Amino acid sequence: MTNSFNEFDKAKMFLVIGSNMTEAHPVAATFVKNAVLNGAELILVDPRKHRLADFATLHAQIRVGSDIAFLNSLMHVLIAEDLYDKKFVNSCTIGFKELTETVQAYSPEMATGICGVEPELIRTIARRLAAVKPCMLCYTLGITEHTCGRNNVVSTANLQMLLGNMGVECGGVNPLRGQNNVQGACDMGALPNVFPGYQKVGDLTAMAKFEKAWNVDRLPGKNGLMIPQMMDGLVSGAVKGFYIFGENLANTEPDIRKVEHELASAEFLVCQDIFQNETTRFAHVILPAAAWSENDGTFTNSERRVSRVRTASPPPGEAKPNWWIFKQIAKRMGQEWESDSAREIWDNELSELAPSLHGIKYARLEGNGLQWPCPTEDHEGTCFLHKDGAFTCGLGQFLPVEWTPPAEVPDADYPFVLSTGRRLTHYHTRTQTGRCEGLNDLLGEETADISLADAGTMGIQQGELIRVKSRRGEVLVKANVTREVPSGMVWMAFHFREACANWLTNPAFDPITLTAEYKACAVAIEKIEN
Amino acid sequence: MEISLIINGHVFEFKPGQTILEVAEAHDIQIPTLCHLKGLTPTGSCRICVVEVERARSLMAACCTPAAPGMDVKTESARVVSARKTILELLLASGNHNCGLPGSESGSWSDFQLRVQSEDGASELCPAWGDCRLQDLAFRYQVKANRFSNIPSPYLPEMKNPLIVRDFSRCILCGRCVQACNEVQVNRAISFGYRGKDTKIVASGDGPLFQSECVFCGECIQACPTGALVEKKARYAWRPADTEKIRTTCPYCGVGCQQWLHVRNGRIVKVTGVENAQPNRGRLCVKGRFGYDFIYSEDRLKTPLVREENGTFREASWDEALYLVANRFKQIIADHGPDALAGVSCARSINEDSYNMQKLFRAVIKTNNIDHCART
Repeated sequence: MTNSFNEFDKAKMFLVIGSNMTEAHPVAATFVKNAVLNGAELILVDPRKHRLADFATLHAQIRVGSDIAFLNSLMHVLIAEDLYDKKFVNSCTIGFKELTETVQAYSPEMATGICGVEPELIRTIARRLAAVKPCMLCYTLGITEHTCGRNNVVSTANLQMLLGNMGVECGGVNPLRGQNNVQGACDMGALPNVFPGYQKVGDLTAMAKFEKAWNVDRLPGKNGLMIPQMMDGLVSGAVKGFYIFGENLANTEPDIRKVEHELASAEFLVCQDIFQNETTRFAHVILPAAAWSENDGTFTNSERRVSRVRTASPPPGEAKPNWWIFKQIAKRMGQEWESDSAREIWDNELSELAPSLHGIKYARLEGNGLQWPCPTEDHEGTCFLHKDGAFTCGLGQFLPVEWTPPAEVPDADYPFVLSTGRRLTHYHTRTQTGRCEGLNDLLGEETADISLADAGTMGIQQGELIRVKSRRGEVLVKANVTREVPSGMVWMAFHFREACANWLTNPAFDPITLTAEYKACAVAIEKIEN
Repeated sequence: MEISLIINGHVFEFKPGQTILEVAEAHDIQIPTLCHLKGLTPTGSCRICVVEVERARSLMAACCTPAAPGMDVKTESARVVSARKTILELLLASGNHNCGLPGSESGSWSDFQLRVQSEDGASELCPAWGDCRLQDLAFRYQVKANRFSNIPSPYLPEMKNPLIVRDFSRCILCGRCVQACNEVQVNRAISFGYRGKDTKIVASGDGPLFQSECVFCGECIQACPTGALVEKKARYAWRPADTEKIRTTCPYCGVGCQQWLHVRNGRIVKVTGVENAQPNRGRLCVKGRFGYDFIYSEDRLKTPLVREENGTFREASWDEALYLVANRFKQIIADHGPDALAGVSCARSINEDSYNMQKLFRAVIKTNNIDHCART
């Protein structure tokens, strides 16, 4: 997030796109609702009429995967009606001309054919956005989990720059991150192209710095593989040994049959986890890890805030902290690492190596933590980025993009679009929430959410067992007939193995980020005749 | 122009719009409250915060009376204390407040206690014992509850849902839960129902919580000043006196809510939000508040496991497992080069774990084949 959660209840305007915040980020959503009750406007852009729609001033119920057409059309109106922020565009950005050329084609009359939103509503939304500033744009995986996910993200940034909503309090582009520490795992360089603190692999200065710090020579200079490439490599033989730490890939990746074939192809698979799960079935070695609240450390949340995690109870049996396990393997492969606690790792190593974290030390994290960038030990942290239009790379660059449809769209054989995500009560594959007393009682099985209209046409009753199938697999699942879902759409989660949406999802990926298109594939639904 | 009032003989400046309570709190003068939920519109319903204002006819509720220039306020005068005692006596008589303070010398105590125990289905004192503002105030003002006869609640407790026990017999109708639900978390699940002596906090037409709009965030429990709302899992498993509070960060979504872990005998028995902390300001969701006990599951991995030839797993020592991993990795590197190894880190675990894993891959194995679910 460029901005912070504590700006939410002060904001005057929100554009929430592809985010079912009340279920996926419930506490963040409470601050949005507080703002609305205090008079803020909320523009919701989402195919589903989920709970946040009750609070929306305007709801553009776009078709799945049409985000770019919709956003380009907003920008078309802003430019055509001369409503964009000229001062910001002229002084802080480049590429406006190219943007204008691209969005020229996306008149509301043209875009409506793609996104299904009435031209007048597109115009109204553009005018509201121009009238009330700044606006906080929030998105979640509804934006990223598409074959055009990267372009979707770029479009949201284009819009916010055009409106001059960057670098200000209560503005910005704010992805609400899915996992508690997905921001941190990125910051730590658990990515194939960057070292900790986003220092580029292949950059000679960065390489030299890390070689010296880690006391090694010749760090590899070419980018590594991303997860889908690793999985392909297991089958092709390019990857022989695979180390999975705290992920249940067998349930979370698209097309479970394909994923399981890939995992089964591993010559040597190490799983490090707190439970056996569907993925550990394929392991050759399973290493038992300490869980949350069983060791000290830090998480970094969506707003870049580093907060402490503390020990409440000891790990069971011989389970060990993950950092210790990695250190022990390094030792047995010939390297002695000095740091012997999470605190030593942070204070003595990574904060020294990552400039944006340099001022953050455990001693400073006793209260509310610190938000990076925090370059020095007297720096108070950074609530919002790009202050006064100062972008990391100098000027903000418009990157105009064209709309592209999802890789698989409904047809005669598979006439519905399946979109997937998380529900409130459970988390991912339920390895944790499924083992918490009471949570399974609140939600004990998967459902396929379908519209009243489709249920009516097909004669499907609430709670009736139906078959949902795609080109990759099929599941038997109870129908949940709901007003949330528009006609032509099926919505499912991936919490339960038996009717997991990932038996059906499409392993098609964004060409740059290799993010899978969890939000769109084609399915058929069938009544089960007795 | 500076404006001021007098509280307990001291002159304090204040800003227009501040209540007497806000001015007092700003100067560390404690006025007791029950129904007041900080930051929200005061309702003034419990009257425990009454203060004496010179020349005013009656006592004024500090939470909803605006400070005015020249006001002369006494927060603990004899009249104030007498009024608070009466309020507390009435509240204690209104339900199953069996904390041991009220009326313990009276003969009817045993009968009362036995009735409450049978309604609680437990032989212990109130589940909020030691964590109850009503009890604290009864102690502070040395109130005994034998002045008014105890009136049993007309409503049975709701035990039907798996997470929240609603005990109407201990509800003092302060309305904090209603505000927490409607104004803080804005889930709009509960409200006041019925009238007069039948008044009750109801969910969705007076049905059980799980058939209402309730999302089990538990904000109402955190707001409840008595034992009317308690976590089912923590009921009788927890007393503040023998519990340590440890601050940590929630392990679920990317908001990063700050939690208090209430730890008894090395075990988390309850979780609450850290008030005034960033980013959640005391709020939690159903997973944050109730999703902690997976760590105590019997299914936890407790020892390294190594797969046998026949596909089953056997237990192994750390030394064996670690050498096995290191040696296989070394062999793969020798045979196929470092890029034949790849690793996926965990976006749920701490930063220091991810740091060490990428360091293992880059500095030891010598490949950049390290990733995690960053883009999903």
